[in-house]
Amino acid sequence: MGGYTGKILRINLTDKTIKTEALNMELAKKYLSGRGLAGKMFTDEVPADVEPFAPENKLFISTGALTGTNAPTSGRFMVVTKSPLNSTLASSNSGGHWGPQLKFAGYDMLVLEGASATPVYISINDDQVEIKDADHVWGKDVYETSAILKQEFGDDQAKVLTIGPAGENLSYMAAVMNDLYRAAGRNGVGAVMGSKKVKGIIVRGTGKVENADPEGMKTVLSGVMKKIRENGVTGQGLPSYGSAILVNIINENGIYPVNNFQGSYDPDADKISGETMTEKYLVKKHPCYRCPIACGRYCKWDEGEGGGPEYETVWVFGSDCGIHDYDAIHQANDLCNKYGLDTISVGGTIAAGMELVQRGLIKPEELGGTPLEFGNAAGMVEWVRKIAFAEGLGAKMTLGSYRFAENYGLPELSMSVKKQELPAYDPRGVQGQGLAYATSNRGGCHVRGYMISPEILGLPEKLDRFSIEGKAAWVKIFQDLTGVIDSIGLCLFSSFALGLSDYTQLVNAVTGFNYSDEELLKCGERVWNIERLHNLRVGYTKADDSLPKRLLKDPVEDGPSKGQVFRLEELLPEYYSVRGWSEEGIPTPEYLNALNM
Amino acid sequence: MRVTIKLFATFRDGRFKVESRELPEESQVGDVLQALGIAPKEVAICLVNGRDANEYYTLGEGDTLSLFPPVGGG
Repeated sequence: MGGYTGKILRINLTDKTIKTEALNMELAKKYLSGRGLAGKMFTDEVPADVEPFAPENKLFISTGALTGTNAPTSGRFMVVTKSPLNSTLASSNSGGHWGPQLKFAGYDMLVLEGASATPVYISINDDQVEIKDADHVWGKDVYETSAILKQEFGDDQAKVLTIGPAGENLSYMAAVMNDLYRAAGRNGVGAVMGSKKVKGIIVRGTGKVENADPEGMKTVLSGVMKKIRENGVTGQGLPSYGSAILVNIINENGIYPVNNFQGSYDPDADKISGETMTEKYLVKKHPCYRCPIACGRYCKWDEGEGGGPEYETVWVFGSDCGIHDYDAIHQANDLCNKYGLDTISVGGTIAAGMELVQRGLIKPEELGGTPLEFGNAAGMVEWVRKIAFAEGLGAKMTLGSYRFAENYGLPELSMSVKKQELPAYDPRGVQGQGLAYATSNRGGCHVRGYMISPEILGLPEKLDRFSIEGKAAWVKIFQDLTGVIDSIGLCLFSSFALGLSDYTQLVNAVTGFNYSDEELLKCGERVWNIERLHNLRVGYTKADDSLPKRLLKDPVEDGPSKGQVFRLEELLPEYYSVRGWSEEGIPTPEYLNALNM
Repeated sequence: MRVTIKLFATFRDGRFKVESRELPEESQVGDVLQALGIAPKEVAICLVNGRDANEYYTLGEGDTLSLFPPVGGG
């Protein structure tokens, strides 16, 4: 067996027990690892109605079968738990170097159970695992904490995963950070870690992850590396400009949300584009483990330097807040990294707040002297800080845009799906992506079925973005394939260059499982359905597979997508049908049987 | 007729970001590419007024042509 270490590390914070157990390989064959296996184990072990902050909720930190191997982009891991933001089966993905290090220490997965009464951190040095007091770092930011834990560990090769003050303060938008600038950002997973009083996990491993077929792997690697090198996006676009290269592309297509999705085209977008970042702010690339793409950025701005920002971050603190001040965007991004916050949800919540002010629903005296208006860059940056520390109105914002706007009687001003804020694409002008948003198991999200790839970038082939024809089937395949990629520990960006058969070859060479393409894709389909079943158990229904009213009813007013609305009522029934679900969006027993679930 | 040409990513190198040009009537996207020294196969995304187009698209007065090499992200 290759890829898998075959071991799970299970830590109970209540009684401070540390155990290792064998990975269930039968389940791993069906659900792979990462998002899939952790999701399956979560639903087997934890009642769906668990309170997210109750000790009974569990936090799975799960690497993929390929994490830490010599496969390209194999630095990913998943944080899986019940989301405090929206009760979905949260699966928040991160790159960096922490995941591979956990594998080198000998573990596929780490499960945190129970809750500590006082702050602790976990130290893993191969098979030496300790729960240590963290009083001295509780309250400290991600940068300080990472430095202190590394110093105490005494090995510069050790990797730190930590929450910031936002996670300690139980913000529903709190991220789990690693390598300073890499975030398992979405679904509020950092707050679950905070509720268990676990400040961080430092890990050092000296082992190796073996491949089942080392010779076969050499051949597969030479093929996939060539594809990544020769693909324009992974070989040139992303390495040169980072993900923010999308600012101009998405804007020129008229699907670039402006001022909390009130507009879809920004005439000043180039001021905050990837090209501008490269020209004025980029210091160096900041790649994840074994990544030939190296889209990660390291930038310097007027008052600081650090990792990022990514496209979604540039957009949300930029045009979605009516801001074109790149220094302010860098600052807001840096504060999110430092305090452990999800940039998309924080920016989306600030943008919703700006619209509430625009409509006169938030009274000036509520603002505590900090401006909250479209275009006010200094105010925007200060609101990020106030959210991290739950100060003033920031305490209400820390629960996300949906609950915040609901306070003022207008939850529809929250540009979210299942209470999670939407990313940087207006679905009215890109129908497949809209369907992926509406049906995303973890709520508003672009990386559970990245239809921008075929509908805008033309990869693997160009689809008409306004058309609904065939989109349901495309979305299903993209969702299932993403389930595979997320469960083997590779980066979704690899899929700009690689297809299903490349992943099958990689997985087979690493694990020796000998999947067919169809069997591997079935694993991804199981991942999707396990999450769907959890959502149904916690009370989600067909009515929740939807988008904010504005995107369904109000046609785009201007720009290249003028006149478009998202055509949910035509797309959703076809999607359920393609999925093999009932008309109410419920996987039938026969269908689940056929999937061997 | 006047057409606005917008270039992005590496297409800007040694050229420009945005330019308004006077073109003969019936000019096609391919004519603009030739004038710019860009081979059609280098173009990954070609938009006229934000809508998908190709080298054979005939431009009209006031059109905006946006040209991208292969780029992407997320």
